[in-house]
Amino acid sequence: MATDVLGAPVKRVEDPRFISGKGRYLDDIKLPGMAHLAILRSPYAHANIRSIDTSAAKAAPGVVAVITGADIPYNPLPMAWPAGGASGIQNNVNTPRALATDSVKWTGEGVAAVVAETAAQAVDALELIQVEWEPLPAVTDAEKALADGAPQLHENAPNNRVFDWQVGDRAATDAAFAGAEVVVSQRLVNHRLIPNPMEVRGDIGWYNPGTDEYTIWMSSQTPHIQRLLLAAFVMGVPEQKIRCISPDVGGAFGSKIYCYADMALSLFASRLVGGRPVKWVETRRESFGSTIHGRDHITYVDVAATRQGEVKGLRVRTLANLGGRLSTIGPGIPTTLYGRILSGPYKIPAVHCEVTGVYTNTTFVDAYRGAGRPEATYVVERAMDLVADELGIDPAEVRRRNFLPPDAFPYDNPSGLLTAVNGSKLYIDSGNYEPAMDKALAMAGYADMAARKAEARARGKLLGVGLSTYIEVCGVAPSKWIGAVGEGWGAAMWESSNIKVHLTGKVVVTMGTQPQGQGHETTFAQIVSHELGVPMEDIVVQHSDTQGTPFGYGSYGSRTSNVGTGAAVKAAAKIRDKARRYAAHMLEANVDDIEVEGAEYRVKGSPDKKKTLQEIAFALDLAFDTPPGMEPYLDETAYHDTDNCTFPFGTHIAVVEVDEETGNTELVRYVAVDDVGKKINPMIVDGQLHGGIAQGVGQALWEEAVYDDDGQLLSGSLLDYALPRAEWLPSFELDETVTPSPVNPLGVKGVGEAGCIASTAAVANAVNDALSPLGIRHLDMPFTAQKVWSAIQSAKGGQA
Amino acid sequence: MIPAAFEYTRASSLQDALGILASDEGAKVIAGGQSLLPLMKLRLAQPARLVDIGRLAELRGVRRLDDGRLSVGALTTYAELADSPAVRYGVVADALPGIGDVQVRNRGTVGGAVAHADPASDLPAALLALDAEVVVQSAAGSRTVPVDGFFQGAFTTALARDEILAAVILPAPRADAGSAYASLEQRASGYPIAGVAAVVVLGAGGLIEWAGVGVTGVSDHPYRAREVEAALVGTTGSPEAVAAAAALVVGDREVNADIHAGREYRAAMAVVHARRAIGAALARVR
Repeated sequence: MATDVLGAPVKRVEDPRFISGKGRYLDDIKLPGMAHLAILRSPYAHANIRSIDTSAAKAAPGVVAVITGADIPYNPLPMAWPAGGASGIQNNVNTPRALATDSVKWTGEGVAAVVAETAAQAVDALELIQVEWEPLPAVTDAEKALADGAPQLHENAPNNRVFDWQVGDRAATDAAFAGAEVVVSQRLVNHRLIPNPMEVRGDIGWYNPGTDEYTIWMSSQTPHIQRLLLAAFVMGVPEQKIRCISPDVGGAFGSKIYCYADMALSLFASRLVGGRPVKWVETRRESFGSTIHGRDHITYVDVAATRQGEVKGLRVRTLANLGGRLSTIGPGIPTTLYGRILSGPYKIPAVHCEVTGVYTNTTFVDAYRGAGRPEATYVVERAMDLVADELGIDPAEVRRRNFLPPDAFPYDNPSGLLTAVNGSKLYIDSGNYEPAMDKALAMAGYADMAARKAEARARGKLLGVGLSTYIEVCGVAPSKWIGAVGEGWGAAMWESSNIKVHLTGKVVVTMGTQPQGQGHETTFAQIVSHELGVPMEDIVVQHSDTQGTPFGYGSYGSRTSNVGTGAAVKAAAKIRDKARRYAAHMLEANVDDIEVEGAEYRVKGSPDKKKTLQEIAFALDLAFDTPPGMEPYLDETAYHDTDNCTFPFGTHIAVVEVDEETGNTELVRYVAVDDVGKKINPMIVDGQLHGGIAQGVGQALWEEAVYDDDGQLLSGSLLDYALPRAEWLPSFELDETVTPSPVNPLGVKGVGEAGCIASTAAVANAVNDALSPLGIRHLDMPFTAQKVWSAIQSAKGGQA
Repeated sequence: MIPAAFEYTRASSLQDALGILASDEGAKVIAGGQSLLPLMKLRLAQPARLVDIGRLAELRGVRRLDDGRLSVGALTTYAELADSPAVRYGVVADALPGIGDVQVRNRGTVGGAVAHADPASDLPAALLALDAEVVVQSAAGSRTVPVDGFFQGAFTTALARDEILAAVILPAPRADAGSAYASLEQRASGYPIAGVAAVVVLGAGGLIEWAGVGVTGVSDHPYRAREVEAALVGTTGSPEAVAAAAALVVGDREVNADIHAGREYRAAMAVVHARRAIGAALARVR
């Protein structure tokens, strides 16, 4: 019998190929006759295109075709998640075209493309394209873009407004503030980030004139969705005529969820050049300006509390900078995925949140690891610390006084935060917040922090400690909630899995969802091994090709471990059920008398009468002897639509030291106690947490997209945009509590974003704690050395 | 990230390289390529011809001269320098680990760093503080010039177009000297926002007899802060004396500004790190 590997720290089956350079990423694919495409991008943040002269480029060596927007008959890219969905909220939608036609709205928007024999020839020819520009005034800041007299980006979006959206109970919140003993207010900037997966994006488009079919290889998190979107909304090609393949994907963090202009462009280009495959791979610099950005909120938060630190009301007004045009689900992120979890793990009775989406002359903004939830966590976790500061109560104690108690679940916030417009409800499925916090406080030696601060001060360092008692929402589900009238996606949100047991007893699992480095080939093999009793090495997990996998919605929003696992468990149950029925036939027993243990199917009371799954598969695949009505072969597909999201939680504690002379800030300790429910593979969970924590720390301390007033991206390369480095981080101290989710059949919740959701706020609270002895109440991220030094100088009455 | 087309010539000898430089106006020397190639890939540099001197054995290696000085061949990589007697200078040992990453340190060369003259390169500050010299070769012969004065502006040096930097000469180590390098790293690039290298020589009575202070990242080129040196000499190197001297590190120079550090901050960091570098140098010799 196979060892049960569910919950075991099994080494990842993907890693031998990934760490030995044998992965097959998009740029590794070289097709016969392949041509190369390069895109000319706007040097201006806002400009009209008067004319484009491509004649010199067309005559350049190796050039096969030069394309401008006027050549391409496709529709603009789709808007798949307007704020409030179809609830009647007006969304002033402008999305990119395959290439811009009349005007550009950010530096980096594509305006022309060259197809050439080599990538170098394509890039050389770009320099020969002459564009006559009419530069226009630009605006990059959301608050400035809404102001009177600001440059206007789109005729259908007066004052650059994309939408006004709200959630919660305004009247109850106003009442909470009217009777409040204490009100704390703060403006918070959650600055703009630039995702940087190791592998940049790219496509290979191929039009086959013989079949009139399109195939696209894309570095994407969502090949099934892209087929749907390209077919139904952009190209006007029937869905069955498009095949999307996502090979090994080297990281994404959300940036590869979307329908991008280059996808349509590469397919159009292939058709234009007679069916040669056309490859486009972005440069890192291109990626900085033309793949989505994340976050970029300006928020005004008011907190109503009692003198004992009980929070009674939370009022949030947020401006969400969405860029020059909308990315595929841009409006959904700062609304549904943000406003609806603003109460965090706390029993805040009255919450109201208003969000205004804003166009600016910047790269479009969409979901970036955490997607709305880090922004919400940042608001409520800073709010808790500001209340603690105002009242002189320890921040941990303030949290303790506001936590939902363990008997509160399933929990429905009284302000209706989790109730969709059509009345569909989500609940916080489970939680037990205090034990996780107590464990983290003990690990961090929280009680001794005063002594550590004094010791650090003697060394010229300001030591600060910060908490983040976060919740995550894993799922972007269920369909009845996220789809339909209520919240947005014009799409369902289930997942799928097919399991085939071949004649030899080997198992092929195909998934609708797919990984971008998370190790699904390992974790789904662990699940199926557990469910069917087949050794992991006899199972292969396939994914990422719309030909050969059941439809699925892809990996994002930490949804695969909640929704995707349910599909695999169900498909395995169907296999087991059919195998059991066939075992009864083989063993001449009643099906009710067949017991299943692992891969063995036995007659109750007659332990010698048994068949293995391999024997059953062999016989059923040969089908020489099947009972009436039974189809040959063990081949089952299941679709799983979860009833609810899962809500991981935990407490993260950051300890920082600020060099008082330079403002340089170092993270010196990081403690995290996470409750992600049951774990399929604890090693992979730890990996996700480590990466997520580092990414969130990066936002707090180093990463920042910086535009100048003209809309030029000044942090447009890795020389100016500081990603976290291992040497800057302490060894993270991780522990857990385990509260199985009642929602998922395995009790798992998800962990893809938890680290990133929690850590930014923990570090921000720590830095603000470090600076508090100087009288600094709140400093916005990122805590770059110059910014912290300037704040220290100001606080000391210096010249900064 | 594809460079514009260029011609490539691998030089067979230093004389061969010098001959190509003299005859081809568009030729540019490449050694480790760690600075030039990124610029070419971004098409910020588009040399018509690269003259690759990377395999010229005559430019390799660190050797001790008869008078105790160290001659560092231009093609010595950072990694090789870190594995050479040059790390006995605290200022060199401090600066090297902060330069680039492992790959850059394995490929990037000392001569390249000096000839490229990036305003924020770490190593030039150390060379300035050590009062090092550079050996410059042309078809006509060689000349030796002080590092002080070699850096003239951003990416601009005293090298003539037809000259190649052949070696850097470090002074003989001495027991009565201490040195250190202190810098604040710009987190993205790893280049210093301000980097200060200090060498102090203690004389009779523990007074500072000689001081060398090199500064990088602050101005359009690495410079030697002679005002600081003058203020240190003759003092005991007390904290007050060091602080007073360090305060002079910027003077009336034009200070660089970018998104990571404005003028005021960068100047303040130059002062802080001058103080720290001098303090650390003194600690090493006391």
